[in-house]
Amino acid sequence: MAAHLSSGRVNLTALREAGRRELREFLDKCAGSKAIVWDEYLTGPFGLIAQYSLLKEHEVEKMFTLKPGRLPQADVKNIIFFVRPKLELMDIITDNVLREDRGRSPQRDFHILFVPRRSLLCEQWLKEQGVLGSFIHREQYSLDLIPFDGDLLSMESESAFKECYLESDQTSLYHAAKGLMTLQALYGTIPQIFGKGECARHVANMMIRMKREFPGSQNSIFPVFDTLLLLDRNVDLLTPLATQLTYEGLIDEIYGIQNTYVKLPPEKFAPKKQGDGGKDLPTEPKKLQLNSAEELYAEIRDKNFNAVGSVLSKKAKIISAAFEERHHAKTVGEIKQFVSQLPHMQAARSSLANHTSIAELIKDITTSEDFFDNLTVEQEFMSGIDTDKVNNYIEDCIAQKHPLIKILRLVCLQSVCNSGLKQKVLDHYKREILQTYGYEHVLTLNNLEKAGLLKPQTSGRNNYPTIRKTLRLWMDDVNEQNPNDISYVYSGYAPLSVRLAQLLARPGWRSIEEVLKMLPGPHFEERQQLPTGLQKKRQHGENRVTLVFFLGGVTYAEIAALRFLSQMEDGGTEYVIATTKLINGTSWIKSLMEKLEPAPF
Amino acid sequence: MSRARADEEEYWHSSKFRAFTFDDEDDELSQLKESKRAVNSLRDIVDDDDDDDLERVSWSGEPVGSISWSIKETASSSASSLEGRDSSLQKGSSSYAAFPKQVSSYSLSSLFKGRNKLPSFQSLSEALSDTGVKNYAPELRRPKADYKDYSSDWSPKDTVRRMQRGKVCSLERFRSLQDKLVLLDEAVAGHDGNVITAVLIFLKRTLRREILFRELEVRQVALCHLIHFLKETGEQKLLLDLLRLCFFSLSLQLSQYREHLNIQDVEKRREFLKGCIGLPFSAEDTSHIQDHYTLLERQIIIEANDRHLESAGQSEIFRKYPRKASILNMPLVTTLFYSCFYHYTEAEGTFSSPTNLKKTFKIPDKQYVLTALAARAKLRAWDDVDALFTTKNWLGYTKKKAPIGFHRVVEILQRNNAPVQVLQEYVRLVEDVETRLNLATKYKCHDVVIETYRDLKDRIQLTAYKCKVERGSAEEEKINSILNNMVRNTY
Repeated sequence: MAAHLSSGRVNLTALREAGRRELREFLDKCAGSKAIVWDEYLTGPFGLIAQYSLLKEHEVEKMFTLKPGRLPQADVKNIIFFVRPKLELMDIITDNVLREDRGRSPQRDFHILFVPRRSLLCEQWLKEQGVLGSFIHREQYSLDLIPFDGDLLSMESESAFKECYLESDQTSLYHAAKGLMTLQALYGTIPQIFGKGECARHVANMMIRMKREFPGSQNSIFPVFDTLLLLDRNVDLLTPLATQLTYEGLIDEIYGIQNTYVKLPPEKFAPKKQGDGGKDLPTEPKKLQLNSAEELYAEIRDKNFNAVGSVLSKKAKIISAAFEERHHAKTVGEIKQFVSQLPHMQAARSSLANHTSIAELIKDITTSEDFFDNLTVEQEFMSGIDTDKVNNYIEDCIAQKHPLIKILRLVCLQSVCNSGLKQKVLDHYKREILQTYGYEHVLTLNNLEKAGLLKPQTSGRNNYPTIRKTLRLWMDDVNEQNPNDISYVYSGYAPLSVRLAQLLARPGWRSIEEVLKMLPGPHFEERQQLPTGLQKKRQHGENRVTLVFFLGGVTYAEIAALRFLSQMEDGGTEYVIATTKLINGTSWIKSLMEKLEPAPF
Repeated sequence: MSRARADEEEYWHSSKFRAFTFDDEDDELSQLKESKRAVNSLRDIVDDDDDDDLERVSWSGEPVGSISWSIKETASSSASSLEGRDSSLQKGSSSYAAFPKQVSSYSLSSLFKGRNKLPSFQSLSEALSDTGVKNYAPELRRPKADYKDYSSDWSPKDTVRRMQRGKVCSLERFRSLQDKLVLLDEAVAGHDGNVITAVLIFLKRTLRREILFRELEVRQVALCHLIHFLKETGEQKLLLDLLRLCFFSLSLQLSQYREHLNIQDVEKRREFLKGCIGLPFSAEDTSHIQDHYTLLERQIIIEANDRHLESAGQSEIFRKYPRKASILNMPLVTTLFYSCFYHYTEAEGTFSSPTNLKKTFKIPDKQYVLTALAARAKLRAWDDVDALFTTKNWLGYTKKKAPIGFHRVVEILQRNNAPVQVLQEYVRLVEDVETRLNLATKYKCHDVVIETYRDLKDRIQLTAYKCKVERGSAEEEKINSILNNMVRNTY
């Protein structure tokens, strides 16, 4: 079930196991039968740690989603709330507890499990409502880094970027540091730490401090990771704004991948069995899990979308050839062998069917005129064309009232590619946006400005061309089918963040000092001492393992680019990726927008 | 067994499954279609029984036994679903058997803290196989410091560290302002928002407001946390006081402006916005907020007026096109569209006239023309559309001009189902020949196509176009006559 976690260079099953263990411990504390009331946001991340079966073995009999009103009837001894420490959730819990029928017998015991941390604020809140005393156990479950795949960890902390850059709230960095300490407890102390950016500096400081404060964490595990690279998202604001062009990236851009699951329009997945003609077409979206446990997906996820079609058709040929084999099987032995292969072939067939359907869905969009126009403008900006004047396409999109997020992505992209917009250009865009979408969006524009995504060019100098040339961010001769450079993931643009990782491994950051100074925040290097017995003697030809931690989010295209580097024959480095949240341009901008609807409470 | 055999027989003998032929062309779409066809035809072969090796997935795609699936399942207590549930639950637990309960006896926290007490562990795998640790774990969780006497004096640093670990601490011991501020600075240095907020709550309770505000002014991070806290807990009064005092940061002003979103009543909202105008925003934000106020003020007047008109039933336009929604709180461009739709001919002096809106809000020409065009085209008021693009020079000659380019005009008209006669008039005005030909061909403006080819002297295209027009129609005649003329001229 979790086999895909152990497929990579670092076996992440151990991390998952540790998480499961802690969950069991908590459940056993509340003796007797239980019902869990879920903060719905948590079910996705928890699903990656444990299945219902685990809970059931520990006497969890019912599960509900958290909502105001009276709790559903359930004949259990314990009611456990699994929640994030958020005040609005505390209000719902209070409501639930107050409406509990005091007269019922036997009475039900209440408990709270805060994920990832107990919050004094929330407890204070519950106290003020007069219900704090109703809870027997109030504990925390530090779900810091959740294993998503064999080489991917995420904290799934949606608002980390916003909190760090808009609200000066660095709690998520504290959690990141804690997650890294857990990781080191399991996989050994990471001897080398590199970083770029303000937040990276904070996390490194906290790690060093935590290590000092818990001498017990000095462990005797042979280090699995050689290097940790901490990268601030605001060092590279450009990459998430561009449309990702890998297969997985496009699925995320178009449909949004949540906790490795994607929901797709059902039409293309209708069962076409014979005799099923009378059945209605399914109306619920089709939900699929996407991870490297699926052989075909592991092969195509990181390819440029233009290279996916040929792989799928090749696979189709192979599978149909395999099924043809049956005609040639003459002896009983041959037939037996064929039959034994059937299950594998079936799995491959259904996987191929799914991905062919998904590819068709995506193709419909990527071949549309608007997708092409949008991409053309993005690529012009990234290659430095006409970034200093009002863009016609953007103006047209505003006039036609295209979704605001799309407009903001483009305008921000232009701003970042020009080290800020000329005041006149910026004012023009702002005016058009406010007049067309409503003045209240001045709040969102302000947030974007504060995050550095949309700003006036202050220095009067545009640094982007220098950065682009030095880091070779734009490649004209990109090979989408058989890539030789990471720029294939955006069909020409090489993600800045990944370039930094690549250059760090070889030849080292000293070669790009000048450019590093142009990017925001300090860059630094720290070493953590290892006991002599644990120092690595590298075998000849053995790859180094680097953990790249993106503070503020990472896109699937960046992950694809790092995987590409891992697989390069003479690369010498394999990468494991960690992040506060898996993002794309849309979800990212959305997290920075002011919520304009008043809260329901 | 027998069923399986029958299936197998049928499978081996049927010949409906044949190999595919693939063209060598590399067109993506055809490849996709090909693979789709391939897998679909295979579906019949293999779909019969579930594959045991595959994870079971319900239609919605949730693996059976996953948490979100189970919430749905256990929440529904109807007996009808019991049967299916039981079998699938068994399924779930059998897949779970792959992970015996005792595999790991390690909790994250025990790993984290108890290492030095278990020096014998050499490797993780060894550690994992040792179930004995379980017994130590609860004890190991507590660092030594916890056993210290509770009444002893913790330094601010220790206090913050304890709080970070989720321990409840009494902060009352920090009596002097000096102590309190050291505590706050320690908390900020720890970057844990949870603790920072807890300390702030303590300070808020025990310090005079002026002193608290004064100290926060030089502690930006803490200030942000307090603002966030007040926002969440809805302590409006204190929040506004705080914002008023700290007008050094622009975003704070905006967060006061933000409050208007929570005001449902439009009159109150308008009053509130009026109050915001005086706040020290940046120059450009001030102008936006001023505009916002003016717009809402206008909308309130227009809304009252039009609601009256509509209910009176006297105005033809409202009878013919009843309003779908109120205009209150709509964006400016939407308001402009509305006024172009219902109040197009009004004199500039009225609040609801489009020209008045254009002037008041300095709406650029382009934006104005686009909006007016869309509104008038929707009403099929082609004369208004015509007037929109007609300019007279001082000699009295008229000329057609569009600030947005006539190809855009054509698109908008077409979207509003303008008749060909109207459409072709504007297609003719598209300057770029290629665009003009494309549009004309696309929207079947035959005259324009024919004239353009004539001007280009393109006999071949003209002849080819003959098959696009109806036989015996005026257009065909026109083509023929042009072709004849052309022949004569070339000789």
